[in-house]
This record gives sequence, C-alpha cells and structure tokens, in this order.
Amino acid sequence: MIEARSLTRHYGDLVAVDGISFTVDTGQVLGFLGPNGAGKSTTMKILTGFLPPTSGTAVINGHDIINDSLAVRREIGYLPEGAPLYGEMSVQKFLQFVAHARGYRGSAANSKAGEAAERLNLGHVQHQRIDTLSKGYKRRVGLAQAVLHDPQVLILDEPTDGLDPNQKHEVRELISDMSENRIIVISTHILEEVDALCNRAMIIAGGKLVADDTPAGLIERSRYHNAVTLNVDDLQTAASILSNLPEAAKVEVRDNEITVFPEPGSHLLAAVNKVIAEHNWQVNTMRLEAGRLDEVFRTITSEVEQLEEAA
Amino acid sequence: MKAFLQGMHTVMRRELSAYFATPVAWVFIVIFTILAAAFTFYLGGFYQRGLADLEPFFRFHPWLYLFLVPALAMRLWAEERKSGTIELLLTLPITISQAIVGKFLAAWLFLGLALALTFPIWFTVNYLGDPDNGTILAAYLGSWLMAGAFLAIGSCLSALTRNQVVAFILAVVVSFGFLLSGLPLVLDAFRSWLPQGFVDGIANLSLISHFDAISRGVVDLRDLIFFGLVIGFWLMANLIILQLRKAD
Repeated sequence: MIEARSLTRHYGDLVAVDGISFTVDTGQVLGFLGPNGAGKSTTMKILTGFLPPTSGTAVINGHDIINDSLAVRREIGYLPEGAPLYGEMSVQKFLQFVAHARGYRGSAANSKAGEAAERLNLGHVQHQRIDTLSKGYKRRVGLAQAVLHDPQVLILDEPTDGLDPNQKHEVRELISDMSENRIIVISTHILEEVDALCNRAMIIAGGKLVADDTPAGLIERSRYHNAVTLNVDDLQTAASILSNLPEAAKVEVRDNEITVFPEPGSHLLAAVNKVIAEHNWQVNTMRLEAGRLDEVFRTITSEVEQLEEAA
Repeated sequence: MKAFLQGMHTVMRRELSAYFATPVAWVFIVIFTILAAAFTFYLGGFYQRGLADLEPFFRFHPWLYLFLVPALAMRLWAEERKSGTIELLLTLPITISQAIVGKFLAAWLFLGLALALTFPIWFTVNYLGDPDNGTILAAYLGSWLMAGAFLAIGSCLSALTRNQVVAFILAVVVSFGFLLSGLPLVLDAFRSWLPQGFVDGIANLSLISHFDAISRGVVDLRDLIFFGLVIGFWLMANLIILQLRKAD
C-alpha cells in the first residue's frame, strides 16, 4: 500500500508539489495525469526516495520514505523519466548489476537477470551494448530493471514517452501483464493511456491533486458525456428544432455535424430519435458520445491555472 | 558492515567494467605510461644523472596526476547527472556512501593498475644498476596515495556539476592549489603577514611535501594518515554535496 501524507516539495520559491495526499491499494493501476511541470515526476521522485519532501511523508508497505528509505527502495521497482541506462554495458551485464544491487548473489543474480530479460523479450539482444539498441528496446531494458526483483510496487515515470505507436502499444501490453497483485503508478500526459491501462486516475495541476477518479468517472465529467452527434442533410433547420428540445441544454454545429448536449439526467438519445422520426430526416451518421477525456483534462487543469493567475 | 561492502562492491565492479567497456581505460593507460616515461628520460635526465634510482621518475608524478587524474575523475558523478543514471543508481537499494566509495575505489584501483604498468622502468633501473628497491616500493606507495588524494578532490568536484569539462577544470585548479601550497610561490605570499604556525599549516597541506617524504623511502605513519585524511575529507564533502543536491 502507498500512503502519501501531505507531500510537499519546494524548489526555491517554486512549489512543485503542494500538499498531496492519497492512498493506493494492491491491484490498483494508478495513472498520474497532468500538464508538463505539474509535479508528476517530482511526486514520483519523492515516493522512490530520490528527492526528500520539503514536508509531509509517504509510507510504502509500512516503510516510511524518509526514515526507512532503503527498505522502501527494496520494495519498489522504478523506471525514472526517460529510462536512463548505463549505455556502455550489455543488457545482460546491466541486469546482473541491478540484481547484485538488489542483493542477489552469484547464480541467483544471473538467473534473476535472465528471467527479467526473458519477461521483456530481451533474450536475443542480451549481449548487445545498451546504447546500440532502439528506443523501444531501451525502454524494455528499463522496465526489465524495474521488475527484476518482482516488486509489489512499480512506479513508472512516462513509460511510453517518445516511443512510436507500435512500441507504445507493446509497452502498455507489458505493463498490463504485470498489473495483477501489484500497485502500479504510471505518469503520463497521454490520455488514451490512462483509459487503456489504469483503473484509477489522478489529475495533478500546479502541484495539487485536482481530481481522483476512475477513468470512466473522469470521462463522465465531460460535457460530451451522453451528448448526441449527428449528420443530417439540412443542418441549420435540424439544429434549431433540436435546440427546442427540453432535454437539450445546448446545440453546436461544427464540421457538418450537430452535437446536442443533454440537460443533466435527461434521456437525450430517445428524445432525438423521436424528433428524427417525426420529421422523417435523412440521417447520415449518428453517435452517442461517451465523453472526451482530453476535454475533461483541459477543463480541470485550466481551472487550476486560472485560479493561480488570479491569486 | 557486510551489507555496506556488498553494495560498495557492486558499484565498484560496475565502474571498473565501464572503464574497460569504453576507450577510457586504454587511452588513459597508454597516455599515462608514455608521459611518465617521457618525463623521466627527457625532463628528469634519467641517464645523465648516472644514479640508479627512480627519483626522476617519481618527481613528475604530481604534475602528471594534476591533469590526468581530473580527467579520470571528471566523469565519476557529472556523467551520472548528465545521463540521468544517478536517479537509477540512487533509487536502487544502494546508499550514497556505498556509491561514492565504490566509485572512488574503482578509479583508485584503476590508477593503481596504470601505475603498476610502469614496471618496465623499475626493471630498467635494476638492470642498469643496483637501486634501493625498498625506496622505490615506498615511492610507488606514496605515488598511489597521492593519486588517491587527487582522485578524491576530483570526485567531489565532479558531483557539483553535470558538465564534465567544468568538473575537469575545477579539479585541476583545486588540485593545483594543493600542489603549490608547499612551494615558496605560495608560502612567501603568506609568510609576510601570517604567524609561522599558519604558514607551516599551509605548507603541511601540500601533497608534494608528503609525497616527497615517502618517496625518499621514509614511510612515516603521519604521512600515511595525512593522505588518508585528505581522501576522507574530500569524500565526505562529496557525500554532503550529493545529499544536498543529488536531484539538481
């Protein structure tokens, strides 16, 4: 379990992390979302013992990050931002080094390194120097290093950043394979990733925790949630008729499509269907919107920015 | 203690293998041995003196180390900072002191190896005459200790920056100060206005005077302790710097 208690970190006058508290339980894959510079990486650096908090603390599996940093570091696997690696080492030598650092000796160290390489499909590049590998492979080496000791807590700082779409997909698969019976904390600014990987999402902005929900819950906050978007032949007439619906809060016309936003709690789709039938419209496309995570993200984080500017 | 040694040993092994995985090791060893020999024969007048000893060989070691040790030490922490691996290293269950000592020992052993590879000159002098081999051994020991002192200075200053060039220049300047503190150039400047005790204190900080003492074959415990203290002091400063600003 991770328990963060009002974590705060200052860099000079700048408050990078401002009193963040949360708990994460086993089985949760937590996505840290936030604009660049929001404090995601700083929070992760604090949790992994690399940066001391200015105030507050966190307890990971019963170990305090300040007083018992070494025990915390034994519990967790960490992929730092950008997956830094010792480029001049071979994959095998590097993983053996990590195994030694994790306290494995002799053949146990070699077999742990071998298992980690196997798990991330690095078998065939084991003897290659790390700096000759592609970005995707390097990231896998970084992940192999993080999971080598089968940690209960896995902290991954932007694990897919800078990868191409195929590599991103691959890394996500690897992470979701590892998610059982663990805590995984991932930071990202790629919203689809949260939807694809996480069962909990936190939005951090301006160093503060501004939302903590499931990805579905976040999506429901979108004004697009349950909105109906359709394309009919006579857009303007249709738009004006739809805007008179009691279920419709607002109607927008954009790119040859009409989007009707629902009044809270209303059954907009049924109402729209009825109108279509009444007027016998030729409907070319029509869809019910689930909500748009990017829009929720922008709304929440820009509110924080506006508040900060006002203050 | 055992846990400390294990972590330290892990770091030391990685560092040593890193030297040999890159051209650093070979370039350093070749340059070091060639320069050591060149200084001995051309500047030291090894043959002209007509004496069977290695005084002209050891006399130039402080000056050789002045540039070569900072070149070896500059990467110790600056490179970790630059590439971000410092975050990887220090979030493993390895303490900062284990990392510092492990890195230092790896570099120091490497310097010991480079020094040992100057053995042909020892053979030469034994072939040409009948030198006092005890003195030569003591001088080798003194040279290695002095290299360790330079190295500790370089390691500490390398932790200040992510730029290896800056680390190199800082280390050369500070090491130069430590070298010169025993020479009249520095001491005369202080002699006019400082009490004799302080002047002696400054002179005592000089790496050269302690090295000279040992290389004359007098292995005085005080000189050994001096080098131990210098190394300990700079590694301690290294620790404090990293604790305060490892993430900068």
